[in-house]
Amino acid sequence: MAKVKKLSPIAIGFILLLVFWQFAIFIGGHQSALFPPPLKVGEALLAIISDGSLFAHIQISLFRFFSGYLAAVIVAVILGLLLGRSMLVWKVVDPIVQVLRPVSPIAWSPFIVLWFGIGNMPAIVIIFIAAFFPVLLSTVSAVKKVDRTYLRIASNFEMSPFETLRKIVLPASFPMIANGLHMALGSAWIFLVAGEMVGAQSGLGFLIIDARNSLSLDLVMACIVVIGVLGLALDKGIHYFESWVNRIWGSAK
Amino acid sequence: MIDIRNVSKSYSEQGPTVLQDISFDIKKGEVIAILGKSGCGKSTLLNCIGGFEAVNNGQILLDEVSIRKPSKRCIMLMQNYGLLPWRSVRKNVELGIENISLSKQEISERTLHYLRMVGLEDRANALPSELSGGMQQRVAIARALAMQPEVILMDEPFGALDTFTRYYLQDELMQIQRREKMTIVLVTHDIDEAIYLADRILIMKPNPGEIHKEIVLRLPKERNRADADFQHYRELIFNEFQFTHETTIEFNI
Repeated sequence: MAKVKKLSPIAIGFILLLVFWQFAIFIGGHQSALFPPPLKVGEALLAIISDGSLFAHIQISLFRFFSGYLAAVIVAVILGLLLGRSMLVWKVVDPIVQVLRPVSPIAWSPFIVLWFGIGNMPAIVIIFIAAFFPVLLSTVSAVKKVDRTYLRIASNFEMSPFETLRKIVLPASFPMIANGLHMALGSAWIFLVAGEMVGAQSGLGFLIIDARNSLSLDLVMACIVVIGVLGLALDKGIHYFESWVNRIWGSAK
Repeated sequence: MIDIRNVSKSYSEQGPTVLQDISFDIKKGEVIAILGKSGCGKSTLLNCIGGFEAVNNGQILLDEVSIRKPSKRCIMLMQNYGLLPWRSVRKNVELGIENISLSKQEISERTLHYLRMVGLEDRANALPSELSGGMQQRVAIARALAMQPEVILMDEPFGALDTFTRYYLQDELMQIQRREKMTIVLVTHDIDEAIYLADRILIMKPNPGEIHKEIVLRLPKERNRADADFQHYRELIFNEFQFTHETTIEFNI
């Protein structure tokens, strides 16, 4: 019963959206080739599900996404831990980061294609850039905010700098880093499609470009729905991760 | 064992003198209480002994060697216990002895030994947030003891606890001190606590922070708060504070 209660507002929301969508087509009298109605999109979706091509595209997209995202997380967290610990270096690096951060990853695409060729790499690199800065910045600010008591304990217990990072700084800043991971996940997922429009021959982004080129807008819309639903699923996934973090860390203070 | 010679400290050149010309020595196995109102520099003095802060003039020697940075020989118990919230009670106690050459078995034996000493062996797997304040302080004491330091520095160790827990922990601390024979330097503003625990009380007065009076307690180790001698010392110390209070009032007029 509780589950139904929780799900029903979600269901109502989606039903309202579908009704609105259909209604807009009725009122506007749009041609279905230009603005595909829900049913046609559903048909297109069923078609790519039943011939299995959708899953192949999802698989390759998720592979690229996680390669880029996880690489960005690992590099950004390690760099963030080191930079956050040394104020002097961060003062030098911070302006550079602030200049690079607002540049859309897509702007780099000409260079990315030149340097990394086509195939999986351009999408992975673009996702990497999209995820890198949010994680780096949240890690640095998390490290700066680590309770000084913990650092006093580390020096009192004569921990080496590496031990201090591993046993004190990383776990103490972990909740805030997890927050950054969440933000980065969203922005990286947004850039998946853009990344796959650059020189890829597979994946959800490619599927959209391909469908556009053959003017099947119902398929474009179906891809948009899939990307949205997958994004929602990823977000829910990281929510579980965050609530695990909160269970251990959140009850601390 | 610890020799404090003509120590002075101020935080900036023009700033107020926090500590002025402080000299005393601490013998091995002694319990010293530094008693004073807030702002008299007693915590700063303790931080200097622990090596957390540098002194401007004078020297603090531990076994004839000047203290320059925190070390495992002097463990500081923090005001807010300083337990790592993401580590279980057992892992918190192990924190200080993980990086010395002990086998896994020796580490867990020693951890259990000291957890048993503070009566928390059945809570070894709990997280600090699941324990009461008094229990957290006992974990912090066990963690300090497990490192087998020569000196334990305590900054208002029982300040945040209710009276009954405080009395109970004071008793427990004294029993452990008699068994382990470690040296304790304790900072407090609680006159009763100082008389109950210490062999010697140093009364500090503020602006500039200096030692106003030293009182050697000629009481048996087993103390009774209702004792006539106890009352005598309480009155003695109380008068010291009355005295300093009056002078400041005169000064204001």
